[in-house]
Amino acid sequence: MDALFLNQLFNGASLASLYLLAALGLALSFGLMRVINMAHGEMLMLGGYLAWMTLLVVPGAMGIILAIPVAFIGAAAMGGFIQSTLIRHLSARPLDTLLATWGVSLILQQGARDLFGAIGVEVRAPEWLTGSFVAFGVTLPSARLFIIAIAALVLGALALLLLKTRIGLLVRAVNQDRMMASASGIDVKRVDFTIFCLGSGVAGLAGVMLALLGPVTPNVGQSYIIPAFLVVVMGGLGSIVGTTASAIILGLFAALAQIFVDVSVAQMLLLMFVILFIQVRPQGVVAVKTRQLDA
Amino acid sequence: MLATSACALALASCSGGDKASAPAGDSVSVGVLQSLTGTMAISEITVKNAEMLAIEEINATGGVLGKQINALVEDGASDPSTFAQKASKLIESDKVATVFGGWTSASRKAMLPVFERTGNLLWYPVQFEGNECSPNIIYSGAQPNQQALPALEWAVKQGYKSFFLVGSDYVYPRTANLILKKHIEKGGMQVLGEAYVPLGGTDFSGVIAKIAQAKPAIIINTLNGDSNVAFFKQMQAAGISPKTMPVMSFSIGEQEAQAMGAGLVEGSYAAWNYFQSLTGDANAKFIAAYKAKFGKDAAITDPMVHGYLDVYAWKAAVEKAKSFQPDAVRKAAASLGGFATPMGTVSFAANQSLIQKAYIGKLKADGQFEIIADSGQDIVPEPYDQLAFPGKTCKL
Repeated sequence: MDALFLNQLFNGASLASLYLLAALGLALSFGLMRVINMAHGEMLMLGGYLAWMTLLVVPGAMGIILAIPVAFIGAAAMGGFIQSTLIRHLSARPLDTLLATWGVSLILQQGARDLFGAIGVEVRAPEWLTGSFVAFGVTLPSARLFIIAIAALVLGALALLLLKTRIGLLVRAVNQDRMMASASGIDVKRVDFTIFCLGSGVAGLAGVMLALLGPVTPNVGQSYIIPAFLVVVMGGLGSIVGTTASAIILGLFAALAQIFVDVSVAQMLLLMFVILFIQVRPQGVVAVKTRQLDA
Repeated sequence: MLATSACALALASCSGGDKASAPAGDSVSVGVLQSLTGTMAISEITVKNAEMLAIEEINATGGVLGKQINALVEDGASDPSTFAQKASKLIESDKVATVFGGWTSASRKAMLPVFERTGNLLWYPVQFEGNECSPNIIYSGAQPNQQALPALEWAVKQGYKSFFLVGSDYVYPRTANLILKKHIEKGGMQVLGEAYVPLGGTDFSGVIAKIAQAKPAIIINTLNGDSNVAFFKQMQAAGISPKTMPVMSFSIGEQEAQAMGAGLVEGSYAAWNYFQSLTGDANAKFIAAYKAKFGKDAAITDPMVHGYLDVYAWKAAVEKAKSFQPDAVRKAAASLGGFATPMGTVSFAANQSLIQKAYIGKLKADGQFEIIADSGQDIVPEPYDQLAFPGKTCKL
């Protein structure tokens, strides 16, 4: 029981890092623009396919390292394209954005199906990621350790960006009060665009991580979009600290529940947990203080 | 039985205006309904290909009762309710004479009421859990006593006495495991654990931790679709390989092994009624025809061969009944006697399931199975396992 418990603690951490990578982009764009991006899962899928293509070109051990920036840039570019052609024009209409981005999600899935086939492709992890370490009687797969490390790095980089740079300052200003930020001369639309690209890029990177654990299929994003939304909702809308905390809580909850019940039942318990949590604390783990009157 | 079929025959030949019994014009429509998208596409696209190949071959040699077959292909999208909708569309608006298709038992269960309501006939090509016996379905895939139980017998013979059961969370894996558990317990052996993951699920961390904890002698895997890729990948990452802990899979054939990368699953076991590596002229001829059409690297699997033989069995039954009328066709199919297929000469039992052999294969690095054991004689299909479902029998 002890070994299983420790094992599941580790698996929970690994699941939490996947949830976090998938949810960060959503949290950023929702916090800033109040846009519910239903096509966010397809950024993960795009990242997975970009990783697969990178490995076709550079098959060696370092291919997967190279795939990370490729997927980040590719997904960020796609995110930027969607933002500037579609979402920007619908920004004041949340329900329309929801439907429009859902349409984009379907188009991207079908596009992937036509380009790469319905069956899906397999990204073969390099040798140095297929092994495992044993510590305290628990097997730690290197692929999962790698994913946890990447998630920590991404989170650290994002925190630095938001807290220490001028871009971060602008983002925080727009997040707190869009109209005042605009009135004081900040190019709000450019901030929106930058954050949307950044969020999509992080999702693309998450796609590379998913490819290390399972197949890359046209609908791979669909299985992570729901947990990602749960993480964002529970975290407190638009808060990075809250998103991180709730990713960890949900990852551990899902993994530890699996000690006692099947994966299917664990998923059901997870949903019930989130519903109860939101009942008790509707503002989420961390409430964002804003000075906006309508917030 | 004879009297009713003669009656149906007479009826069919008399009522020439009936669309289902005598399709107008020089062609007859049939439905081909498999998942071309979603998690099951990895397995079902090739079954569709095999069914289409049989239809083309038959059309090239004069069709059925002098009519060309017009195949209408629909996508079940790995979703049971889509299967039901598409089946209903094929039967009620396209007026097909019969339908070939389905893979997951969830898809078959969803289509069953449609076929019973419309009185049409489904040819189902995949191994399944039994515990069902509808006059409106011809079950050519294995019943539990033609795949799962022979596999268990083989495992016991190898000295594997403790088991871990892992499967997708739907009716087939749950029922197959119920049957297996009854037989394992009766044999005085142990089931160390049982775990289910939603169809299409990709997170196996918890399941694998439980397997590592339980240390079974062998894992019995009833996962379906591309969840298998995630399962074997994460097993490998956790340092458990098929070489150190054998896995017996019921839904991994040559096609799935190829799509997953044979290196990932090399050394694992499978139980089927057909392997591409079976010898025999009929099989060589079928493989050559399939490869000529779908590429020389194409893999051939058990459900593909069942899909292929279903089309030929339908043709033979229609010709025997001299009618396209589903009721006459199913009765003719059950009394066809032996007919030649890529897996040898087989025949249907009175319960509309196929009498066939079972084989155990071990996956090699090239994605082909080495056949390491077989049941010797043909096994008569039993839809109701008497340990799991005592007293239930098939009434048609």
